[in-house]
Amino acid sequence: MSEPMQDVVVVGAGIVGAAIAHELSRNELAVTLLDREAEAGFGTSKANSGIIHGGHHTDTDTLKGRLEWVGNQLWDPLCDELGFGFARVGELTVALTEADLPALDHLIENAEEKDIGGVEVWSRDRICAAEPQVTRGVIAGVFSPHTAVVNPYEAVFGLVEAAVANNVRLRTLSPVTDLHHDGDTWTVTTPSATFATRFVVNAAGLGAAAIAHMAGVDGFEIRGRKGEEYLLDKRLRHLVRRVIYPCPTPLSKGTLVIPTYDGTIMVGPTAEEVDDPDDVTTTTAGESTAFAGARRLVPSLSERDVIAQFAGTRATIRGDDFLIGPTEAPGFVNVAGIQSPGLTAAPAIARYVADLLRHGGLEMPPKPLLNMIERPVHFASLTTEQQRTLADTDERYRRIVCRCEFVTEGEVGDAIERGATTVDGLKFRTRAGMGRCQGGFCATRCIELLSADLGIEMSEVTKRGPGSWLVLDRPDDEVMIEPEAP
Amino acid sequence: MIDDRPHVLLPNYDVVVAGGGPAGLGAAVAAREAGAERVLVVDREAEAGGILLQCIHSGFGLHHLGEELTGPEYAQRILENALDDGVDVLTNAYLLDIDNDQNLKLLSADHGVAILDTEATVLAMGARERTRAAIRIPGRRPAGIFTAGAAQRLVNLNGVLPGRRVVILGSGDIGLIMARRLTLEGVEVAGVFELMPHANGLSRNIVQCLHDFDIPLHLSTTVVEIHGRDRIDKVTVAPVDAQMKPVLDKAWDVPCDTLLVSVGLIPENELSRELRLRLDPVTSGPIVSSTMETSRDGVFACGNVVHIHDLVDFVSAEAELAGGHAGRFALGARPPHDNVRLQPGKNVAYCVPHTVTTDQPHTVYMRVRKPLEKSMLRLRDAEGDIVHERRLRYVVPAEMVTLKLRPGVLDGFQGDALQVEVVPR
Amino acid sequence: MTNDERTTYAYLCIGCPLGCRLEVDEDSHGDIVEIRGSSCRKGDRYAEQEHTDPRRGVTTTVAIDGGLWPRLPVKTSGEIPKDRVLAACEVLRRVRIEAPVEMGDVIVHDLLGTGCDVVATRDMARMT
Repeated sequence: MSEPMQDVVVVGAGIVGAAIAHELSRNELAVTLLDREAEAGFGTSKANSGIIHGGHHTDTDTLKGRLEWVGNQLWDPLCDELGFGFARVGELTVALTEADLPALDHLIENAEEKDIGGVEVWSRDRICAAEPQVTRGVIAGVFSPHTAVVNPYEAVFGLVEAAVANNVRLRTLSPVTDLHHDGDTWTVTTPSATFATRFVVNAAGLGAAAIAHMAGVDGFEIRGRKGEEYLLDKRLRHLVRRVIYPCPTPLSKGTLVIPTYDGTIMVGPTAEEVDDPDDVTTTTAGESTAFAGARRLVPSLSERDVIAQFAGTRATIRGDDFLIGPTEAPGFVNVAGIQSPGLTAAPAIARYVADLLRHGGLEMPPKPLLNMIERPVHFASLTTEQQRTLADTDERYRRIVCRCEFVTEGEVGDAIERGATTVDGLKFRTRAGMGRCQGGFCATRCIELLSADLGIEMSEVTKRGPGSWLVLDRPDDEVMIEPEAP
Repeated sequence: MIDDRPHVLLPNYDVVVAGGGPAGLGAAVAAREAGAERVLVVDREAEAGGILLQCIHSGFGLHHLGEELTGPEYAQRILENALDDGVDVLTNAYLLDIDNDQNLKLLSADHGVAILDTEATVLAMGARERTRAAIRIPGRRPAGIFTAGAAQRLVNLNGVLPGRRVVILGSGDIGLIMARRLTLEGVEVAGVFELMPHANGLSRNIVQCLHDFDIPLHLSTTVVEIHGRDRIDKVTVAPVDAQMKPVLDKAWDVPCDTLLVSVGLIPENELSRELRLRLDPVTSGPIVSSTMETSRDGVFACGNVVHIHDLVDFVSAEAELAGGHAGRFALGARPPHDNVRLQPGKNVAYCVPHTVTTDQPHTVYMRVRKPLEKSMLRLRDAEGDIVHERRLRYVVPAEMVTLKLRPGVLDGFQGDALQVEVVPR
Repeated sequence: MTNDERTTYAYLCIGCPLGCRLEVDEDSHGDIVEIRGSSCRKGDRYAEQEHTDPRRGVTTTVAIDGGLWPRLPVKTSGEIPKDRVLAACEVLRRVRIEAPVEMGDVIVHDLLGTGCDVVATRDMARMT
C-alpha cells in the first residue's frame, strides 16, 4: 500500500521518537511515526528507570550535558498537557567514603556552571534526618530539588496520543525494511506499506545503526548496555522519599534506590555490556549486583520484597554522548545513542531536532489550534465524590479489574479506546497487573476485556504483539446434547 | 448462580462480610444464626462462591458436610444455605475502605459508590498465589507464564487452554490438580518440578494426578531460567543441593510453551493493611483472638485471609466461629478478653488463634516446620513446665495440625503465655 | 508354588499423608498372595482395590451455550475403571449443551457403558 507524501517519517516510537512526533505535531506538517513493536514505547522505554535527572550529573562539554537540564525544565508543561504520572521528588547523591567527596564537588560545579539553583551539599545529620533509611555510614551528600520521577511508558503513550490527535499517523508493527533516496524524496518501506517523505528522523534506539546503514549512513555502532530493575512491594512506600544515588563511576550512575511515581520502591539499574541488543534477561548475578549496590545506600532493602523484575537495554555509542544531527544523506537525521539521561533530555531533543529540520529547509507553520487529549482517569486517586459521579455516569467505573492496584473496568476500556491492543499495553497504561499479584487475578480479565472490546477471540489477544499469544482455543468438535433432570 | 432480583442496599448493617467464598458465606450464616438481622456479603465476582467455582475436582466437604463434593457443588450448597438463611449477597461489588467508625465504602455494579455503616465486619477475602517474582526466577518475560490458579480459571471457566506443552513448578495440590486437568484436556504436561525433597501435595493427588498419567515428578529440582522472546519456548531446570542452591552444571532444558507456577498462597490482606491491623509475619494474616477478632474492635477475620488452610472444611469451621462472634458483637456482646497468648515454640511455625481464654473450649490450628513421625504436641508455661500434651502420629508441614482444647484443660493454668511445640516423642 | 513366580507391584497409599509405599505380590494366576508396606487395614484394602480394579471419579467440563461461562463443570455419578478415564474425557470434549442447567442434571447417560452417568455439578442460568 502506498501512502500520501509525508514531510517527516520518524522511525521509532520510544520516548525520543514520541517526543519528536509530538513536537512536530504542533505544526502544519504531514508526519508518520513508525515502530516495529505492537505499541509505542515497547522497546527500551518501557524498562526505563523513570527518573528525570536533575541536570547536574553531566558536564556542559557534551551534547547530552547541554540537553539534560533544558529537558528537565520542559517536563512540567508536558505533564500538565498530557496527564501522565510525574512528581518532583528530589534526589540525594550520597558519599560513603572520603574518596567520594570530589564527586560531590563536581556535581556542585556542574550545577553552578549550568546555573541550576537549589543544588546544595547536605551534612550527614541532615541526610539522616530527612532519609532515616539511608545508611548511617553516609558522610555527606548533594541534594537537588529538580529530580523527578515519571512513569516513562505513560509519558510515551501521552506524547503519541497527543501527536495522533494532531494528525500524526502512527503505524505500529512496522519495522523499516528499506530506505531509498531519489531526488529530494525518501521512500521508506515497511512490510505493510511504503511512505514517500522529504525527511527521515532515525530515532530507532537499538536499531538506529541498522536504519542508518539502510540510508547509506555508516560510521557509528550501537552497543547494548543492559540494565536490570527490581520493583519492590508497595508496603515499602516512603522507605525513601528522594531518589538516592551513589557517587557515580565512569560506566554508570550506579545502582539507585528510586521511589517510583506509583509509590513503590525500585532498585536498579545495573549496567552490563551485552552482545545481543535483544538481551533483556534478568540474571541472578544482576540481582546480586543491584541489591549489593542498593544496600550500600539503604541497608534494609531485601530481595524478598521483589514483586517484579525486568531489564532494558540502553542504546550506547562510542564516547557515550548523544549523536544527533543531519548526515551526508540529505534529509536523513540521526538521533542515536540516546541513553541516560535520554528520558530527561527527550523534550529538549525534540525541540533540537525540530530546529535541525527547520534549518534543513522544512517549513513549519504552527497550527493555530491544537487538539488536546483527555487526561486519563486514575479512579483510585479521585475523591469519593468524583468517584461517585463517574460511577453514576459510566457503569464500567463500578467494576474492579485489578484489585492490587485498584483499576476499574472503565480505565481498562478507556485504555483500549486510546489504542491499547495488548495485555502489556493495558498494564502500562492502567497498572492492571503491575501490583503484587502480577496479574494473577486480572490477566484473565484483561484478556476477556481486550477480546470483547476489540472484537477478537481470546486466543487472538497477545501479551505484547505477534508471537506472544496467551491462550489457545479448544480444538473440540462438539455435538449439541439436551440435559435431563435426574 | 445468578440472582436476577434488583438488589436493595440498606444504609446500615449489623454485619458486613468482605468476600463471598466459603469463609464469607459461612461467617454470614453464622452471624444470622447468632441473631444478627441485616447481614451483607460483598463479593467482587459476578457470582458468589469464591475460588471453589473453578475447583471443579472433588474432595470438598467430607469433614464439614459428611459427603465428598466438587468445588462448585460445595459452593452452591453454602450459597443456597446463606440465601435461605436470609443473608444478603451483593456480587460485582468491592469493599474499598473501612474507617475507624466502621463506615464502609463500597464500589458496586448495582449501586455505584456507596457508603454504609456496620456494627461488625468480617474479613474473608481469601488468598492470592505467590508469583514467579516471589521466587525470582531469572530470564526473560515472555508470554506463557501463569500461576496455576489463573490457568485453572482459564481452562475451567473461560474454556481456553494455556498452551500445548506445560511445565509445572511446585508440587502443591493446585499444581498437581492442574497437571491432571490439563492432561484430561489433551495438553501435554512435561513434568512437575519441586524444590523440596518431598512433594507438597496430598499423596492422593500424587497418585491420581501424576502417576495415573505417567507425569514425572522431579524432586529437589527447580526452574533456574525462563527462555523465549515473545512466548516461552523452554525452561532450564537444575537439581538443588542440600542448601537448596541450584547445581547449574547438572542443569538441563525442557522445551515447553507454558510454565505454571504453583508455589503457594499468601493471605489477601490489602484491606487488613488499610485497616492497619496487626499482622502475623509468619502467616501474613491478621493476628486474631479466640473469637477471630482482629486487633480492631468489631473487625473479625476467617479463612485463608488469616492463614492458609488445607481443606475448605476447616475454613467453614473457622467461619462459623468468626461469624457467630461478629453477629453477637453486632448485638452488643463484649466477651471478656483472652487471657493467654499462644507462642509458637519448637517446630511450630504459627498458631491460630493467637490468644485463648482458659475457661472456654478452643480449636487451635498450627503448622509445623519439619515432618516428624511419632511426635508429641506440648503446651509449656513460662518455666518450661508441661501444662498439656498430646501424642501425634505423624506431622507434615503441608498438613495443618489441629489441637482441640477442651474446657478444663487449662483450668489450673495461671500464666499469661503458653509455648506450643511439636517434638519427637 | 515358589517365590520365584511372584510378580510385585508398587502402589502409593492415598489414605492419609503418611503415604505408605505398598507392595502387592501376585502369583502366576494373577491372584494376590501378599500385601506389604501398609500401616493400617485401610491401606491393605486400598492396595487390593487398586491392584485388581482401579477406579476413578472423573470431573471435567462440557461446552455450554447461553450461560455465564462457556464451560459447565460435570462429574461422573460414580467411579469408572481407571483405564476408561481418558476415553471418557474424549467423549465429553465433544458435548455441547444449552443453558439453563441445574446441578444434578444428567448430561450423558451411562457413559461408555460404565453404568455411570455424567451430571452437572452446578446450576447455570440462561443469561438474558
